[in-house]
Amino acid sequence: MTEHLIIIGSGPAGLTAAVYAARGGLEPLLIEGVGAGGQLMLTTDVENYPGFPDGIMGPEMMELFRKQAGRFGTRFISSDVSRVDFSQRPFQVWVDDERYESKAIIVSTGASARWLDVPGEDKLRGHGVSACATCDGFFFKQKELVVVGGGDSAMEESLFLTKFASKVTVIHRRDEFRASKIMADRVMNHPKITIRWNSAVTEVIGSTSVTGVRLVDTVTGKTEEYPTEGLFVAIGHTPNTQLFDGQLELDAKGYLRTFTGTATSVPGVFGAGDVVDSTYRQAVTAAGMGCEAAIDAERWLESQE
Amino acid sequence: MSENTITATDQTFEALIAGDTPVLVDFWAEWCGPCRMIGPIVEEIAVQYKGKLRVAKLNVDENPQTAGTYDVMSIPTLIVYKGGQAKKRIVGARPKHAMLQELAEFIG
Repeated sequence: MTEHLIIIGSGPAGLTAAVYAARGGLEPLLIEGVGAGGQLMLTTDVENYPGFPDGIMGPEMMELFRKQAGRFGTRFISSDVSRVDFSQRPFQVWVDDERYESKAIIVSTGASARWLDVPGEDKLRGHGVSACATCDGFFFKQKELVVVGGGDSAMEESLFLTKFASKVTVIHRRDEFRASKIMADRVMNHPKITIRWNSAVTEVIGSTSVTGVRLVDTVTGKTEEYPTEGLFVAIGHTPNTQLFDGQLELDAKGYLRTFTGTATSVPGVFGAGDVVDSTYRQAVTAAGMGCEAAIDAERWLESQE
Repeated sequence: MSENTITATDQTFEALIAGDTPVLVDFWAEWCGPCRMIGPIVEEIAVQYKGKLRVAKLNVDENPQTAGTYDVMSIPTLIVYKGGQAKKRIVGARPKHAMLQELAEFIG
């Protein structure tokens, strides 16, 4: 059976696309992936999504999105896409060994947390190295932690970790944060948080669990060992486009390129959310783009009849 | 919880992992997004490999002692025990096929 529309990815972009496409009668098939819900599953309070004046927990919000998409007949598959072939029509999508066919595709696979890629980091992952404060903060009660990064997610992770840790040090390679002012102010005024400006982590130290990090001063080049029991990495994201390499045009940073509206380099394949957006990266902008992609896909399908 | 998985606790843990049938323990918590993501996969594995593998879930919030004993500092963590010993450790969420590859020696 050939689907009208397959949506790959289940963050705010994919689920909003599903709501629109399902209401439009396209009976979309949404392949959620093992990262179902996307990055919002790793966040705590979302305070800036309109319509939730008291804030809402990220995972709870994604449950609501999913429920709304399901209400209009979206079908869900909870595995990961293993391979795609967009060179033939209908488009081919494999989930494990199962093959699906679709006339149109929306790619909304989002982005994943980046790691530092320094010695010791990989070995000590799960033993003091983490990229998910909401998952792992709990294990660091009354311990001293460092958070690496200077954007909103680094601020959010740091503030969240103060609930558990005795002290949090934010390590940032520049002398000011790129985070929003409200979040940066909360961090800079927090009694449990210390900030190390102009510093970068060059090594994670520890044999069976983290005991410290090696820091280099980005101005003077001086290095030192800084004791800590945990390292939380929040240095940004890489778009999840590996699946589409060689099939869809990507930009220099690996993000999916879109042209008119949400159209990608292959007619009938549309892109939405963090996978195409390195600038705004918000739940609300992703949702907006998901809506656009669904409308674009719907119009494109009509034009093909 | 479900009828396909065992609910492990600090009190029952030692007895649970003592047997010769491998036991896969999913260390999880309510507030952990990735744990929720892999919940259905763990459930499927429990059904699919019934008889070969016992599958248990341990809530780290309610059972901090066991999580501490086995140095669980990141969740989800899955540990396979056999004869009371930890034999295999999987840290972090991953797709089902990748999980099955890691578990191959116990379910093959």
